[in-house]
Amino acid sequence: MNRFALYWILSTLILFTGCNISPWNNPYPDSQSKDNIYYDSFEERPKHLDPVSSYSGNEYVFLGQIYEPVLQYHFLKRPYELIPLTATAVPQAEYYDNAGNMLDADTPPESVHRVVYRITIKSGILYQPHPAFARDKRGKYRYHHLSKDDLEKIHALSDFSETGTRELTAEDYVYQIKRLAHPGVHSPIAGLMSKYIHGLQELSEELTNKHKNEIDKNNFIDLRNHHLSGVRILDRYTFEITLKEKYPQFRYWLSMPFFAPMPWEADFFYSQPGMEEKNITLNWYPVGTGPYMLTENNPNRRMVLKRNPNFRGELYPDKGGPEDEVNGLLQDAGQTMPFIDTAIFSLERESIPAWNKFLQGYYDTSGIVSDSFDQAVTFNTKGELELTEQMRNKGIKLTTAVMSSTFYMGFNMRDEVVGGDSERARLLRRAISIVVDYEEYISIFTNGRGVPAQGPIPPGIFGYSEGSDGINPYVYTWRKGRAERRNIREAQELMIAAGYPDGREVQSGQSLILYLDTPATGPDAKAIFDWFRKQFSKLGITLVIRATDYNRFQEKMLKGTEQIFMWGWNADYPDPENFLFLLYGPNAKVGLNGENAANYENEEFDYLFNQMKSMSNGPERQAIVDRMIDIARRDAPWLWGFHPVAFTLHHRWFKNAKPALMLNNTLKYIRIDPETRNKLRTQWNQPVFWPIILLLLILLISIIPAYISYKRREQSSAL
Amino acid sequence: MINYILRRIAYALPILIGINIITFVLFFVVNTPDDMARMQLGQKRVTQEAIDKWKRERGYDMPVLWNSQAKGMKKITDSIFFQNSIKLFVFDFGQSDNGRDISNDISQRMWPSLAITVPALILGLIAYITFALTLAFFRASYIDVWGVVICVIMMSISGMFYIIGGQFIIGKLFNLVPISGYDSGVNAIKFVTLPVIVGLIGGIGSSTRWYRTIFLEEMGKDFVRTARAKGLSEKVVLYRHVLRNGLIPILTGVVVVLPMLFIGSLVTESFFAVPGLGSYTIDAINSQDFAIVRSMVYLGSVLYIIGLILTDISYTIADPRIRLE
Repeated sequence: MNRFALYWILSTLILFTGCNISPWNNPYPDSQSKDNIYYDSFEERPKHLDPVSSYSGNEYVFLGQIYEPVLQYHFLKRPYELIPLTATAVPQAEYYDNAGNMLDADTPPESVHRVVYRITIKSGILYQPHPAFARDKRGKYRYHHLSKDDLEKIHALSDFSETGTRELTAEDYVYQIKRLAHPGVHSPIAGLMSKYIHGLQELSEELTNKHKNEIDKNNFIDLRNHHLSGVRILDRYTFEITLKEKYPQFRYWLSMPFFAPMPWEADFFYSQPGMEEKNITLNWYPVGTGPYMLTENNPNRRMVLKRNPNFRGELYPDKGGPEDEVNGLLQDAGQTMPFIDTAIFSLERESIPAWNKFLQGYYDTSGIVSDSFDQAVTFNTKGELELTEQMRNKGIKLTTAVMSSTFYMGFNMRDEVVGGDSERARLLRRAISIVVDYEEYISIFTNGRGVPAQGPIPPGIFGYSEGSDGINPYVYTWRKGRAERRNIREAQELMIAAGYPDGREVQSGQSLILYLDTPATGPDAKAIFDWFRKQFSKLGITLVIRATDYNRFQEKMLKGTEQIFMWGWNADYPDPENFLFLLYGPNAKVGLNGENAANYENEEFDYLFNQMKSMSNGPERQAIVDRMIDIARRDAPWLWGFHPVAFTLHHRWFKNAKPALMLNNTLKYIRIDPETRNKLRTQWNQPVFWPIILLLLILLISIIPAYISYKRREQSSAL
Repeated sequence: MINYILRRIAYALPILIGINIITFVLFFVVNTPDDMARMQLGQKRVTQEAIDKWKRERGYDMPVLWNSQAKGMKKITDSIFFQNSIKLFVFDFGQSDNGRDISNDISQRMWPSLAITVPALILGLIAYITFALTLAFFRASYIDVWGVVICVIMMSISGMFYIIGGQFIIGKLFNLVPISGYDSGVNAIKFVTLPVIVGLIGGIGSSTRWYRTIFLEEMGKDFVRTARAKGLSEKVVLYRHVLRNGLIPILTGVVVVLPMLFIGSLVTESFFAVPGLGSYTIDAINSQDFAIVRSMVYLGSVLYIIGLILTDISYTIADPRIRLE
C-alpha cells in the first residue's frame, strides 16, 4: 500500500468514525491547550497605560495587575474594606492645627491645618525584570544612554536582551506623586489633588515654567531634584503625605494606580530620544512590582500578561462573608497567589464573535449583551432569573452584582421651565419622577438588569438604606413589604398644583413641551425615546427629543442650554461623598466644569456635604447623608433612574468567581482548571466535515447538466 | 510616457491639497479641539486647564485655518491646518493624538490588511472569471438565466449578513475555522480563511454579472464571429479570444484597486478582529484622533491616485494601440 493511500484511509477514518481530533477553530496554538492560561477579551484598546494618566476601567484591567499602590480592597469582604498591599498597614490620618499640635480624629475640619498620612512599605519587594534596571559589569545602567545605532534594531521592549531589577523603595511612590504635577503627562486628577496635597500646585507651576523645552520635546525631567512640600521620604521604606485639609477619601485614592510606584530609571529610560518614534514609552510598557508583567503589548490584537518572576507571592484571603464559604470561595485560603501563569486578552470589537467564542470555550468568562441575553438567561415560573438549559448543560455559572454606578435623568436646574427652586418647578419635577416608570424601563431595555434608584447612592455604599426607610417617599410608597410607585393620579394632582392641569399651562392654555437633549441615535435609542415620550404623555406633556452628536451634547451641558438629559456616574471609591458630590453646588457643570451635571444648588445640602465629606462612617454621618438625600429627593433635580446590575458568566473550569467591581487587581485570585477546559473544548468543537463533502457533491452534480449541455452544443450542427 | 506620468503627478498635488482641506474642514466642523482633548483626556474630572494644556502641546490652540492675529505669511503658517498638513506631503505623519507614532503603526498594520485583501482579490478574480465565463458560454440557456438570478439575489444581500452568517455557519456550527482573531506568519492562514471566503462569496454576485457582461460584449464582436467562421471550437473561441480580450477591462479595473489593498476593509476587519488599517481608521474616527484620520485619508488619496496612474499605464501594456502622451 503506498503512502498516499494510507493517508487517505486514515483521514477518512478520522472524518467518519467520530474520533476526537484537535479543534480546527481553536484561535490559540495547540501547544497552549494544557497550559495554565486565562483567556479573556477586550473591546476597546487602552489609550494610556501610564498609571498617572490612566483613568478608565478598560485600562485598569491591565494596570491593576502590574502596578501596586500601597493599598487594595479585600477580595471577599463586603462592604468594601481597604487592606494593605505593599504597605505594612493601612495608614491612619494625623491631624494638626496651626501651631503643629496633634488633634483628635473627630476634630471639625475647619480646625485642621494639615493632615499627615505616614506610610511604611514592606521591604524586599522587587520590580519585574526590565531593561531600565539592567546594569553592565561596572554597575552602570546598560540602556540609559542609547544612541541611534543602538536603537536601530529595537522595535519593541522585548528586543532589549538584558534586564535587571531592584527593590521597591519609598522614593518610587514619592516620584509618582510628583508626576501628578508633571505638565507633560496630563494626570486627570492633577487638579483635584492640587487642592489637597501640599505644594502640588506650586510644583506644577515650577515644572511648567522651568522646563518648557523638556516638556515640549518629551525629554526627561528628573523629579528627584524637585521639592514637593507635601511629600517627604523618612527612610528607605517610609514616606509621608501632607494634605492641606481633612479628606478621609484620600485613603481610597491610595488604592488606585495614580498612586502606584514609579522608578525614576523607567522614566529616564523611556524618555531617551528615538524611543517615542518606536512607540516604546511608559504609556505603553508598564513597569511594576505586581504579580504580572505585560510581555506582549499589541492593543490592536492582544495583550499578554505573564507571571512576574520577581513577585514576592501573596496569600489568598482566609476570611470572607458567610456566603463565600458556601460558594467555595475560601477553598484556596492561605494559598500563594497568583494562580495563573499567563493571561491572554484578545481584541474583540464586536459582541457576537466574542459571545460565540465564549460558548466554544475559548474565553473563560463573558458578560451578557442584549443580543445574547435570551440565549443565556431566562425567567423561571417564580419570575426569578436563571440560566437557560443550554448554559446549564455546559456547566456555565452566573454571578450578579449591583454595580457602584447610577444612571439617571437630570433636569437642568438653570432652565426656566424645569429648573429652579420654585414650588411650581419642584412639583413639576416630582410629577415627572412618578410617571417615568423605571421598573418598566429596566424590564424592557436592560432585560431586568437594574435596581430602581431611590436616591443617588447605590446599594453596597455607606449611606444607602434598605427597606421602607430607604424609599423615596415622593415617588414610592411601601406596601406589602416592597416599594410601590405612586399612581398617576397623584402625579396629575401635582401637575394641577404646579399650574399644569392635563399638561397645559393655566394662563396660556398651551400644552407643556419639554426637551430631552441626548447624544444617542439609532434604532435602539429610538425605542427608548418613544418609551420616554409615552411616559411624559401620561401627564399631557409633549416630550421633544433633541438628538445631537456627542460633542454638541457636551457643549450644551457645559453651557447649560439643555433642559432634560440622561447621565451616569461610576464610583471611584465606595464612599457616599463620591455620589453626593454630583449634587454639590460648587461642583456645577456650568461655569465650573464640575460633575454636578444638573447644576443643582441647595444651601443646606452644600453645608451638609462639607460636613459629611470629612466624617468617618458612623451613625452621625449616616444621619447627615439621610438628611442630604431627603433634601435632594424633595427638590428632585434628577429622576433617580437605576443602578445597573452586572451579569457575568464563567465556565466550570473558572474558580474564585466573586463580583468585585471596585477592585482592579482581581487576576491574581483567579484559578483555572486547564485539563477540564481542554477536554470540554475538544468535545464542543469537533469539526463537522459533511458540509464540505456535500458542497463538493452539489458542485459535481451541477457540473453534470452543464457538461451535457456543453456536449450537446458541441455536437449540434449550425443552422 | 514619463512626461505623462510627471504631468499626472503634478495634477495630483492640487487634488491632494483639496482633499486635505476638505478632510480638515469636515473634521473640525464636527469636532472642536476641545472635544478632541476631552476624548483623549477622559470624561471624568477633566478641567479646562488640562484641556487648554493638551491643546497647547499639540498645536490645537491656534486658529483653524487663518490666523488673523499674526503678520505676513504667518497668517497662514500659524494655523492648525498648515502645521498639521505640510508634513503630510513628505509622508511625515507624526504622532497620533494619544502619543503613538503613526508611521510605525501603519507599517505594522498594513500586513494584516494585505493578508486578507490580496488572497481575496486573487481567488476572487479566478472564481468570478470562471463563473462569468460559464454563464457567458451558456448564454440564453437556463444555466445563464438561473446564474444571473442567483447573482442578483447575492448582490441584494448585505455584506454584514455574509459576515455574521459565515461566522455562525463555518466558525460556530461546523467548527472549521476560528470565528475571529489574527496571528502572524503561517498561523495567520487559519484566521484569514473565513474573511477571505466571506469576501469572495460577498463579491460573487456583482463581479460575476459585470464580467459576464464584458464577455458577452466581446462575444458579439467581429473577431469572435471570424474565429467561429474559421471553424474553431467554442472552447477555443472562449479561452483564446474572448477571455484574452475581456481581460483588458477586467485587469485595468483590478489595477486601480491594487494600491487600495493596503488600506484594508473597515467592516471586515472590525468583525473579524483583524488588526489592519481598516480597523485603525475606524478606531481613529471613534476616538476623534484627527492626526490618524487625516493621515489615513491622505494615504488613501495618494494610493488612489497611484492606482489611477497605474491603470493608465496598464492600458498601454494590455492594448498596444494606446499611447500615453
